[in-house]
Amino acid sequence: MAEMTYRGALRATLREALQQDERVFLMGEDIGAYGGAYGVTQGLMAEFGEKRVKDSPIAESVLVGCGVGAAMAGLRPVVEIMSINFSLLAFDQIVNVAAKLQYMSAGQINVPLVIRTVTGGGNMLAATHSQSLEGWFAHVPGLKVAAPATPADARGMLAAAIRDPNPVIIVEHSLLYPIKGEVPDGPHVTPLGKAKVVRAGKDVTIVSYLRMTLTALAAAEELAKEGIDAEVVDLRTLRPLDRETFVASARKTHRAVVVEEGWGTYGIGAEVASSIASAAFDELDAPVARVSGEDVPMPYNKELERAAIPDAARIVAAVKSLL
Amino acid sequence: MAMTRDEMGVDKATALGLYDVMVRIRSFEEKCAEMYGKAKIGGFLHLYIGEEAVAAGVIPLLEAQDTIVSHYREHGHAIARGLDSKRMMAELFGRATGTSKGKGGSMHIFDASKGFLGGYAIVGGMMPVATGLGLASNYLGTKSVCLCIFGDGAVNQGEFHESFNLASLWKLPVVFLLENNGFGMGTRVERVHAGKEMSHLGDAFQIPSEQVDGMDVLAVREVAARAIEHARSGKGPFFLEAVCYRFRGHSMADAMSYRDKAEEEVWRRRDPLPNFRRLLAERRAATEQELAAVEERAEREMADAAAFADASPNPPREAMYEHIYKE
Ligand SMILES: Cc1ncc(C[n+]2csc(CCOP(=O)(O)OP(=O)(O)O)c2C)c(N)n1
Repeated sequence: MAEMTYRGALRATLREALQQDERVFLMGEDIGAYGGAYGVTQGLMAEFGEKRVKDSPIAESVLVGCGVGAAMAGLRPVVEIMSINFSLLAFDQIVNVAAKLQYMSAGQINVPLVIRTVTGGGNMLAATHSQSLEGWFAHVPGLKVAAPATPADARGMLAAAIRDPNPVIIVEHSLLYPIKGEVPDGPHVTPLGKAKVVRAGKDVTIVSYLRMTLTALAAAEELAKEGIDAEVVDLRTLRPLDRETFVASARKTHRAVVVEEGWGTYGIGAEVASSIASAAFDELDAPVARVSGEDVPMPYNKELERAAIPDAARIVAAVKSLL
Repeated sequence: MAMTRDEMGVDKATALGLYDVMVRIRSFEEKCAEMYGKAKIGGFLHLYIGEEAVAAGVIPLLEAQDTIVSHYREHGHAIARGLDSKRMMAELFGRATGTSKGKGGSMHIFDASKGFLGGYAIVGGMMPVATGLGLASNYLGTKSVCLCIFGDGAVNQGEFHESFNLASLWKLPVVFLLENNGFGMGTRVERVHAGKEMSHLGDAFQIPSEQVDGMDVLAVREVAARAIEHARSGKGPFFLEAVCYRFRGHSMADAMSYRDKAEEEVWRRRDPLPNFRRLLAERRAATEQELAAVEERAEREMADAAAFADASPNPPREAMYEHIYKE
């Protein structure tokens, strides 16, 4: 075990993939000479050269489409979209092309493409730069969507994504990059599609993902002080969704709160809550509660932004409302 | 006098081969129209009738390792690339024996074994993909060229400009083939495109570009040979605009009320099939018997294709769940 930042863990996996597999190359805006908008790819162009680490024009559609074509031809592109907000300019290539080729060619073609991007708010970047849009991608059959919350998962899930023969979108959270955690030594792969109980408890289940997993853990500590023992489930992968793990937890604790940073309306939490309600209705002692981002475009002002994003206090309140 | 190679730029066998491709495309498309009329084919059906000289002029020049991405009016390109007409027709019928086992339909024909990497039904959607295929060719050193085929409608899309820029910037071996048939659905090009000559758009990206008469298969072939050679030699992309006309509506649902009858008449006199046939006969590149044999063979082939499709089973219900993810 070694201590690593989330950013460093991602970089370690990219480096390792570039070393191990000639077919792997990175492509994105400002990822080379500049080192990446969030510094994830720092130093990789110097180490691996411009064939393997490519600075692309600010043209998200061709950036993703170029990755799709290269993946079809047998390469293993890892494309960075600077922010999930910019992925909207590549929606056609992601949804109509990457997610469809395998199906519409009846398996003649597959697209082993990884898209890394940054989601979420908290940086006073206002409404166009603070959205959590991963649910839109998780809606689409043919895509996989992963959202690692810890350095260890970032390391292992990115490695799994690069090995995966399907298009995988990895959503990272900008506020997680400097966070440190224990990471197993050497290469390791964390399978996609497996949620994880990150805190065991018996009174209530809190289901969450990405940065909100850390917020949920903080809430669980608060609750523990009052004698409430919360279990926290980190979804880790949004598609394919591991319903079994969180349904089993809810069956055990008989209560569930679902937490997400993004908008609640048609949100990921709705999918999780309905899964729990339909699979474990008879075992629940209370309706499934939800905590989500306020249903507003993200305001710029720091206090307003803070109020729009769920925090531990809101999770604590939601848990208490069930008891 | 029998035609010599110098007079037409191709030998007799090649010339007859080009005619064969054009006839087979038209024959396939006419069979499709007939089958659509019998409700054997569903969805949108976009016919290539009138544009055959473009596919026949370009595609036979490609090599086995080359790739093609095209739009939804792609049957002609697939036939020219040598895809099996039976399996294509079965795909249009939605049958389990189709090129995509009935899950793609007319607009989404694939045969990866022939480098035919898809019809793309979102206007412009194939262009970014072509850059990636070009990138892979350079990356792996395979010398394969990607032929990227699109209509005049795609020229106004952002993806056109994004792809031209990237292909030129990274010197990607892509031949961009614009089939300018004068209309996007029912709207004339002039009503939606501010520029004058689309072939000039390559200049902004330093992509060598040429415009060619898309009704003249030999003219297309001559320019296409240069375009493909340019891309293969490592000099980057080439932009070829073939000016042509579609004789049918945009799709089978189109009543063609927007068409100018006099203009249509002018283009019909330029129909590449009878004109090339006449040329071959005049130059004695082919006998009447040989030409008639080509036509009869094509008709039989497409009748067989329709019979094969009709006799093929529908995919089982479980097929719906296959090929969403690769294990
Ligand atoms: C992005 C997108 N917008 C609109 C359509 C609907 N549509 C299908 S074909 C077409 C016209 C395209 O014309 P053109 O590119 O000139 O090709 P042609 O059909 O003439 O061969 C339109 C508007 C579409 N398929 N994709």
